Amino acid sequence: MSRVGSELRDELRALRSYFGHVICHLQKDLRLEWRSRESVVGMLFFALLVVIIFSLAFDPTAAVSRQIAGGILWVALLFASFTALNQSWTREQRNRVLEAHRMSPAPASALFLGKALANLLFVTLVELVLAPFFLIFYNLHALGQGWMLLAVLPLGTWALVCNGTFFAALSLRTRNRELMLPLILVPVSLPALLGMMSATTAILTGESDPALWVRLLVAYNIIFTLVCLLLFETVLSAE
Amino acid sequence: MAKRSCIFGVAGMVWVVLTLTAIAYATRLALVVAPTEATMGNVQRIFYYHVPTSMLSLLFPYVNFMASLFYLYWRRRDPLRALTADAVAISAAEVTVVYSSICLLTGMLWGRAAWGIWWTWDARLTSMLLLWLLYVSYLMLRKLSSTGQTQTLAAVLSVFAAIDVPIVYMSIQWWRTQHPAPVFGGGADSGIDPSMMPAFVWNVVGWAMWGIFLLLYRYGLERRRQESEQASALRAIEGTLEIAQ
Repeated sequence: MSRVGSELRDELRALRSYFGHVICHLQKDLRLEWRSRESVVGMLFFALLVVIIFSLAFDPTAAVSRQIAGGILWVALLFASFTALNQSWTREQRNRVLEAHRMSPAPASALFLGKALANLLFVTLVELVLAPFFLIFYNLHALGQGWMLLAVLPLGTWALVCNGTFFAALSLRTRNRELMLPLILVPVSLPALLGMMSATTAILTGESDPALWVRLLVAYNIIFTLVCLLLFETVLSAE
Repeated sequence: MAKRSCIFGVAGMVWVVLTLTAIAYATRLALVVAPTEATMGNVQRIFYYHVPTSMLSLLFPYVNFMASLFYLYWRRRDPLRALTADAVAISAAEVTVVYSSICLLTGMLWGRAAWGIWWTWDARLTSMLLLWLLYVSYLMLRKLSSTGQTQTLAAVLSVFAAIDVPIVYMSIQWWRTQHPAPVFGGGADSGIDPSMMPAFVWNVVGWAMWGIFLLLYRYGLERRRQESEQASALRAIEGTLEIAQ
């Protein structure tokens, strides 16, 4: 009984240390971002510009804008996050920090999870700032269940950020890195993109039930988060 | 250069001859012998190329997936065997891209001739386009990544792509049932007349044999490339070991 108890205690200790590592990486990224503020500000302005350009391109009426706003929001966030994701890993390349990560005995997936959570916070921040602009420029109000947006936005953001962080690490040493990330990310995340855009449109227009898409997003997130966590070690030590 | 048993060469030639025979026979069946379709006329004959290549383009991605898994498994345990798996992986990916390109192009031509449109965002077309995009991105990663990492990164991407293919298919099915698009005649494999079956089956067989031939030929090329790379690396190392007298 006591042997089982001590094994259990060891497991709990290992788990706590794993999450300790994740929190440590998260704090590092947040601190670096706070001091330079480069990626959040960059993302914000890029997304804003995309919103304005789409508004000029389509000049929608209130009814039409409800149909297209979901798609435009996620397109703007997708393009904005490309820049931020690449930058989040170049931060690790300065001063050979990535080599240090490889050599340390800390679990590599903790580095990935910390960084993905940090990117999630940054993109969520951009969304929170962007939302009022959306409401203003497109004269939006949700005809469906508006509160479901609070579920759809984090799920969609996590799908983008989780895969994005992974593929940004994958394309870290490829030639033409700026091209590789969108090229790999968009086909792989297409089901999630479809889910988030359809769910948002369904909520805004109230014409269909977003529940199917929310379930798809949840399933997608679970599957791909697991795959990313399992395969990150391979990518980090790919030499 | 390793000596290869000449049985492979002989078997290869036999396979090529059989493949060309099968394709010739299948072409004759498709273009001459099979009956003309009632509504579409002779345009329908492109079906004998379109459907077999589509079916095969769904098979080779999983060859790539299995090979990538073997690569990841053997990477640290038996590196030389892992290289073999990697050669199979890239060959399968290239054949996938070729077959899905043929599927998309023949589909577009057929669609234009039969229904007057080049493209529509229905479930199957969109899923096939995504499959094509995924494996093109695989090949681009192979081309652009730094040497030493290429094989591992490509294997990881292959795992993602293989997991994604069924999810893409399901999600696009749901998307299209939510927003119904024009449905095209229940699909090409519904209600095929029995007199057309021989032509269809022989085309599947012929193009499968061709696909296998391409895979094995490309595998052979890749293995030779890997071996010449290893040989030149070995020569470089041996060069540094020469002791000055």
